[in-house]
Amino acid sequence: MVSKTKSEEQKLRGSGDNSKLSVSEILKMYEDMLLIRRFEERAGQLYGMGLIGGFCHLYIGQEAVVVGIQSAQKPEDSVITAYRDHGHMLACGMEPGGVMAELTGRIGGLSKGKGGSMHMFSREKKFYGGHGIVGAQIPIGAGLGFAHKYLKDGGVNIAYMGDGASNQGQVYEAFNMAALWKLPVVFVIENNQYGMGTSVARHAAGELYKRGAGYDIPGERIDGMDVLAVRKAAMDALEHARSGKGPVLLEMMTYRYRGHSMSDPAKYRTKEELDHVREERDPIERLKGQLLRDYGVKETDLAPIEERVKEECLRAVEFSKESPEPDPSELWTDVLVEA
Amino acid sequence: MAIDILMPALSPTMTEGKIARWLVKEGDAIKSGKVLCEIETDKATMEVEAVDEGTLLKIVVPEGAEGVAVNSVIAALGAKGEVYEQTSRRADEQTRKSTDAVANAPVIDPGCIPGMSPANQTQQISSARLLVCSSADEEKFYSGGTKTMTVREALREAMSEEMRRDPTVFLMGEEVAEYNGAYKVSQGMLDEFGPERVIDTPITEMGFAGLGVGAAFGGLKPIVEFMTMNFSMQAIDHIVNSAAKTLYMSGGQMGCPIVFRGPNGAAARVGAQHSQCFASWYAHIPGLYVLAPWNAADAKGLMKAAIRNPNPVVFLENEIMYGQSFEVPVHDDFVLPIGRAKIERAGKDVTIVAYAIMVGKALQAAEELWKLGIDAEVINLRSIRPLDVETIAASVRKTNRLVSVEESWPFAGIGSEMAALMMEHCFDDLDAPIARVCHKDVPLPYAANLEKLALPQIEDIVAAARGVCNR
Ligand SMILES: Cc1ncc(C[n+]2csc(CCOP(=O)(O)OP(=O)(O)O)c2C)c(N)n1
Ligand SMILES: [Mg+2]
Repeated sequence: MVSKTKSEEQKLRGSGDNSKLSVSEILKMYEDMLLIRRFEERAGQLYGMGLIGGFCHLYIGQEAVVVGIQSAQKPEDSVITAYRDHGHMLACGMEPGGVMAELTGRIGGLSKGKGGSMHMFSREKKFYGGHGIVGAQIPIGAGLGFAHKYLKDGGVNIAYMGDGASNQGQVYEAFNMAALWKLPVVFVIENNQYGMGTSVARHAAGELYKRGAGYDIPGERIDGMDVLAVRKAAMDALEHARSGKGPVLLEMMTYRYRGHSMSDPAKYRTKEELDHVREERDPIERLKGQLLRDYGVKETDLAPIEERVKEECLRAVEFSKESPEPDPSELWTDVLVEA
Repeated sequence: MAIDILMPALSPTMTEGKIARWLVKEGDAIKSGKVLCEIETDKATMEVEAVDEGTLLKIVVPEGAEGVAVNSVIAALGAKGEVYEQTSRRADEQTRKSTDAVANAPVIDPGCIPGMSPANQTQQISSARLLVCSSADEEKFYSGGTKTMTVREALREAMSEEMRRDPTVFLMGEEVAEYNGAYKVSQGMLDEFGPERVIDTPITEMGFAGLGVGAAFGGLKPIVEFMTMNFSMQAIDHIVNSAAKTLYMSGGQMGCPIVFRGPNGAAARVGAQHSQCFASWYAHIPGLYVLAPWNAADAKGLMKAAIRNPNPVVFLENEIMYGQSFEVPVHDDFVLPIGRAKIERAGKDVTIVAYAIMVGKALQAAEELWKLGIDAEVINLRSIRPLDVETIAASVRKTNRLVSVEESWPFAGIGSEMAALMMEHCFDDLDAPIARVCHKDVPLPYAANLEKLALPQIEDIVAAARGVCNR
């Protein structure tokens, strides 16, 4: 289900090639996706127990997008996204315990409990948030790309947005500048079919992957439930952006299994629709099938991975419960950098 | 009957200019639309085209003349063969017109401004009370001497010095590079620093403000120019939500060293959408610094401080002040502290606090008050957030009266904050309610008379001060 814009047919021919992937690399992708899935399930559980408050947007169903792209990145590349960000952070290698403790609002959280589910960052892992204003992360991502270019550090910024966010005006302001100045940025639309309760058909005119066409930004639509397809497209896109040819737009066709946030009963879609995706397109089951069928992997090889992931999530949960709440004095810190 | 050709204004704030070149000579036949001459201001050069037709009888102001007042007669047209006479009527008219132009011009009489050329200062009655510096810290910068420069030059010099010092500092905004700045603040900077560091953006405030924030997260120190702060409303989300809050939301990891700058407050005769002071809007936000220089020394010292500061700074300039000259220390590292006000004029009867262009008005009001026997202390806030409450409160404890002057509206304005703070800090010292002098609570009108009524005038400050002094 890959379609391309005309202008991009010639341009996006990179060396993205999955044939050289080793089985252990694919197993790593499987583990990364599973970690996100299990982590999010635990987060949902803690939310139900009242340990997590406020907004909590789960990434379940979309795991292949971030894991596939992350697997194509280099250490110098930076990432920015919106509020549905737990998966991106885990994929970047941020500590599950630190993420979970942020969700529970504890001092051990990655933002010391002051950010919450939507606002975590890691300079070390080059993860720049965690932004709650729909679409605002996109010009910021272009700015991170600008900094990569200015500092000549060879990095590319990967700027994620939802299908809903792709209607924000500032996204196109960023597209224009990124294309005009050939900034090293890969824009990724995670099209999970809904912006809250509004389906793409009801909120977006035209095809989303074509939305960079007016700026001569090559665009591609990818099956975002197929981690290997995502990886290949990301390799090509990153190579294109890194080589100084300017930004690329990837539309990842994906699906979120849970409601928009914890309070959303998702009445705007049918159970059949959800079940169909889960049964036919689930990214984790799909990769598992490929591993068993095409890569000579056995169920027994996967069991220890599943066990490891489960343990890791339980440790994160434990940490997030044990870590104390921030000291009241933390209220007043981190407002300004002391000059 | 001769027709006068008058010196035109290239912008609402222009009061005088230079005749760079005449492109016609006396005796030439002039058709309307013909380019007559080129005039120059510190901002721009423009061609003056003929509106009327006839023979050029006389070039009244020769090529190269500088300081030619707007609306003065620069040439005359007439019928072929007509002899040009400088009639007394015309001479009268000319003086009247040029004084009118000066009277209408929204320009502060430089005479009462400390640091202005000494010739002007001698006219002042109480200039001995004008302080050059309020603090010993600042005094040290003045010991090495000063030079005269405009606010515009001071800003440019500050940015250029910081860009020489730190390669991660860069300037971006609309028309900052090839056009040399919409108000010529960045004139010549493209030539010195090149297009990688002085960057013309598309007209895309929200986009480039967000891009600047991302660049700051990514290790750079952007200076983002808004053509005027009015347009920063397109970008306010990035200033408030992206720049100011991220440090806190990240538990102290993600500082955002960025300067958002541009002219703020009323310009002259540009209507409601292009004339607004955003000091209280931005000062409302924890995580931001908000600075508002008045003179060239403030502009230079505060701009350098803003660029070096590791936090987001909103830097409120003023179009009308750009062309005004003041003395600035020549010291090679003149940086002012953020969060300190400056007592511009010491006095004992009433404290007048003001920021930006209103400091000049407050000083003029203080002169008027002096003639009435009221000795006012004038405080230049310089920094709106953080506010130097200590200096203000100490002054109020001495004078027991406070007048707050701002170019913004009264509701939830800086004056409202001033009133609350004084109740908290020196309730028992107050002998009169705090008086606020503000923009009237209406959008700024275009008509000259209404515009003047809407904006705080010297008379308003005098009246408010007399009111709180009961005199
Ligand atoms: C500027 C802005 N408007 C509205 C909202 C409220 N809001 C939060 S998420 C959301 C839907 C966004 O959908 P999409 O971009 O598709 O992302 P998804 O939730 O599907 O990941 C809305 C309307 C917001 N946070 N910011
Ligand atoms: Mg969506």
